[in-house]
Amino acid sequence: MGTRGVGRLRRNAQFLLLSALALGLGGCSLPTFGGFRGATTQGQTEFKLWSWMTIAGAVVAVIVWGLILWAIIAYRRRDPEKMPKQFQSNLPVEVIYTVIPLIIVGFIFFYTVGAENKIDALAPNPPVRIRVTGFQWGWSFSYTNAAGKQIALVETAQPRPPLLAASPLSSEYPRFVLPLGETTQITLVSNDVVHTFYVPAFNFGRQALPGVTNVFDFTPVKTGVYAGHCATYCGLYHSEMLFSVAVVGPSAFHKWLNAESAELAAS
Amino acid sequence: MKNEAYVFLFVGIFFGLAGLVYWLWSHEDAGSVMLLGTFLLGCVPGSYYLWWSRRMPKRPEDNPDATLEDGAGVVGAFPGSSIWPFVLGLGATFVAAALVFGAWTLGVGLFLAVSALVGVVYESRRGGLV
Amino acid sequence: MTVLAERPVSFAEAPEPHHEHGPSGFLKWVTSTDHKVIGKNYTVTAVIFFLLAGAMAMLIRAQLANPDSTLLSQHTYNEMFTMHGSLMIYLFVGPVAFGGLANYIVPLQIGAPDMAFPRLNALSYWLYLGGGLLMMTGFLTTGSAADFGWVAYAPLSNSINTPGAGPDLWIVALILTGFSAIFTGVNLVSTIYYLRAPGMTMFRMPIFTWNMLVTGILILIAFPVFTSALVFLWCDRHLGAHIFEVQGGGVPVLWQDLFWFFGHPEVYILALPFFGIVTDVIAVFSRKPIFGYRGMVFATISIAALSTSVWAHHMFTTGVVLLPFFSLMSYLIAVPTGIKFFNWIGTMWRGSVKFDTPMLFCIGFLGTFLVGGVSGILLASPPIDFATHDTYFVVAHFHSVVMALVMGAFAGFFYWYPKMTGRMLREGLGKATFWLMFIGTNVTFDPQYLLGLKGMPRRIAEYAASDGYTTLNRISSVGAAIIFISVAIFVVNVVVSWWNPIPAGDNPWDAATLEWATTSPPPHHNFLKIPPIRSRRPVWDYNHPEDRILDHAHKPRLGELVAAGGGTAVLLDEIGFDGEDGAGSREPDR
Repeated sequence: MGTRGVGRLRRNAQFLLLSALALGLGGCSLPTFGGFRGATTQGQTEFKLWSWMTIAGAVVAVIVWGLILWAIIAYRRRDPEKMPKQFQSNLPVEVIYTVIPLIIVGFIFFYTVGAENKIDALAPNPPVRIRVTGFQWGWSFSYTNAAGKQIALVETAQPRPPLLAASPLSSEYPRFVLPLGETTQITLVSNDVVHTFYVPAFNFGRQALPGVTNVFDFTPVKTGVYAGHCATYCGLYHSEMLFSVAVVGPSAFHKWLNAESAELAAS
Repeated sequence: MKNEAYVFLFVGIFFGLAGLVYWLWSHEDAGSVMLLGTFLLGCVPGSYYLWWSRRMPKRPEDNPDATLEDGAGVVGAFPGSSIWPFVLGLGATFVAAALVFGAWTLGVGLFLAVSALVGVVYESRRGGLV
Repeated sequence: MTVLAERPVSFAEAPEPHHEHGPSGFLKWVTSTDHKVIGKNYTVTAVIFFLLAGAMAMLIRAQLANPDSTLLSQHTYNEMFTMHGSLMIYLFVGPVAFGGLANYIVPLQIGAPDMAFPRLNALSYWLYLGGGLLMMTGFLTTGSAADFGWVAYAPLSNSINTPGAGPDLWIVALILTGFSAIFTGVNLVSTIYYLRAPGMTMFRMPIFTWNMLVTGILILIAFPVFTSALVFLWCDRHLGAHIFEVQGGGVPVLWQDLFWFFGHPEVYILALPFFGIVTDVIAVFSRKPIFGYRGMVFATISIAALSTSVWAHHMFTTGVVLLPFFSLMSYLIAVPTGIKFFNWIGTMWRGSVKFDTPMLFCIGFLGTFLVGGVSGILLASPPIDFATHDTYFVVAHFHSVVMALVMGAFAGFFYWYPKMTGRMLREGLGKATFWLMFIGTNVTFDPQYLLGLKGMPRRIAEYAASDGYTTLNRISSVGAAIIFISVAIFVVNVVVSWWNPIPAGDNPWDAATLEWATTSPPPHHNFLKIPPIRSRRPVWDYNHPEDRILDHAHKPRLGELVAAGGGTAVLLDEIGFDGEDGAGSREPDR
């Protein structure tokens, strides 16, 4: 590939990058590409990273596909007698396509570490604490106070509900509630095998792993009811380990929590 | 033989560095041990090849101008026909099955495996079909 | 390593003609140590496992085409995805690459008479066959086959949660096939290091052979860890060890650690051979040398080294791994992979590209692997992985990559089938196979990226109609049917080529590397004559002397070529092979 080809390549790449940037910065609403925008601050951080990396990936893919298509169209065999020039190396070009990807990797690593630190950050004094336990084949959500004493409990009905293939939002499965705008700290454990506590709308999943206690925060920013699944294969009724999360205003949350608390005390 | 040595030494040095960085950063035991093992897997054969490459005469396959006459003569022993791999494979399968189904296949398996090992040693000594 | 002194058997002393007194028929097959026979054995066996695993995939897609599906019971579905994955990964893609194609082709590409340890090679095959059959025997047991996924996470895989003979058979089968692979790794490295023909320096070897060398080293790095982990698991299940159980002081997540230290290099063990095939095939069908050969070698070794440092990117959601180390290492793999992509494009650039079936499959590989690779970069970011781990996004990612490798495998089949059998496969049927496979792959797996982003977890036997997964699943299942048809057409192609053969000749593709110097199929001990090896393309140099590139700095003049030929005259217009009767032959007996 001569220097003209390299120049052309770089100009095309710059053009595409700038248009993508213009698209992104100009319209404040990035396309989802099918994902969730995130109903928590942590989820929204993930969504931003996801959108930018998908755009970068799409740009790279378009450029590389473009080069492949160009090569197979422009250089298809037209004259069987004509032998092409037998070159096998071009050091400047090879150096360029080693160095540029390294630089790109540096950038995405930097933004990735920033995002993951934000998502994994733990609040020192979260107003709401829930101990989530995964077990074959259901969940229990135990609201605790700062000292660890249980205030309220929501869990998969025992005996396990019959095989329903119902939506996770159905009343057959446990639904726990979170207050809008306040931070809930979840402590996740497992009673038996590996499960994954997964809420797609929060763009978040974490393993419930025997022998390990995982702790993470949710700070919801959108009210609604969101589906929850077990995402790690855990045995026969893995597909049935469903739950849902409801995000409501703080006063509605406290009303609900008091009602659950009273119910627990009465039982 | 130098390039052959360098391939293994690259592996060794890479994992020496990666293992060191990983241990200092994470202090995680399992991964550090596995990276240490990989470091050794690269360095031990690699240094052996490097040591030999300095002492052995240039082989025809390392000589870009070599002719076929340079490599003429005996290339090696290539046993052309042997029942023992099959018998050993069969024996190993029976032994493995014994771990699941119980000791009755173990006897058959061990008998086959031991016969094969003995047979292959004798075959090597007297020279099998080539 | 005083080589000459250690050679126990001299060919000159061997009885001749020895193979006329050898066994025949079934006994000849069962006692064969010929790498070509073993390579064919592996290929046929692996393709049979591929067809079985493909049938399981069809059942899976049939189940998931409808919500609330009752086609398969939960238990059967769990067995299906476990055995589909296990057969495909452990019994098809790996063995066909390093046991089938590499066994057959590597000795030919370097001018060797066989692999370094022929009996060990044969043992590798029998252990593979034995292990594969044992794993399938699980279907005949009471509790049926293993159903804990191809990854068998602890504690799910212990004897309390998954009792029975099926899982035990899975474990011991993989111990056998693990040893099989390790022995093949030893054979590959030894053969490539010690049995090259004169003039075949390391940097003149075909890229396929380089990739098999690196694959062999990766096998030696990864498989022992897996075999050990399987032994630990068996001890937990049967000897009361508590290695992976909390009660008793064990560490369940250690299984994931050990497994993925094997598991990630394993997928590169699967990939590198097909990278090598694609490299060689693209060069042939572009009528140019490989662009950036040394960069390719460096990239392959870098990919192998990096791939062994990334294992915990499969464990980002465990919460107990060092996220930045593994995500950085995973991102870095994109750099050598990018080098390879640009080198493949550079090989085609300003070339003369012909779209025979092997080349079509290479282009399909490039397009599909790009999608899989970009989605892999996304998954290498822990925050994105938190959102997509164990969803259909991951399933789509690895199937994009794996189907690209399958296309690479088909490129290899179509390219080398003439060499192995002396017959050509039909071009029309080959092109049909390609287009259906390429279209089918995209129709099956592109919707699965969207399913993962919608939140559909993996390994679920059924979903509700209100989940919103139905349409995408239905499209995906249609795609699976298209892939099924493409494979069926391939099978027809093979059958037709046997009943109605088109003879292939020594070099039907006008290819460049040494395996095309010998007959199709090659004779016993491979070569009756070998051209002079003065570059990476010895056969090309012989056929196209005016278009050769001699890589040695000293470009010999005609007189020196004549002198180098020794007793055999080397003429400008007829550069001939050394004769079989001369001292230059590598195979004195016939």
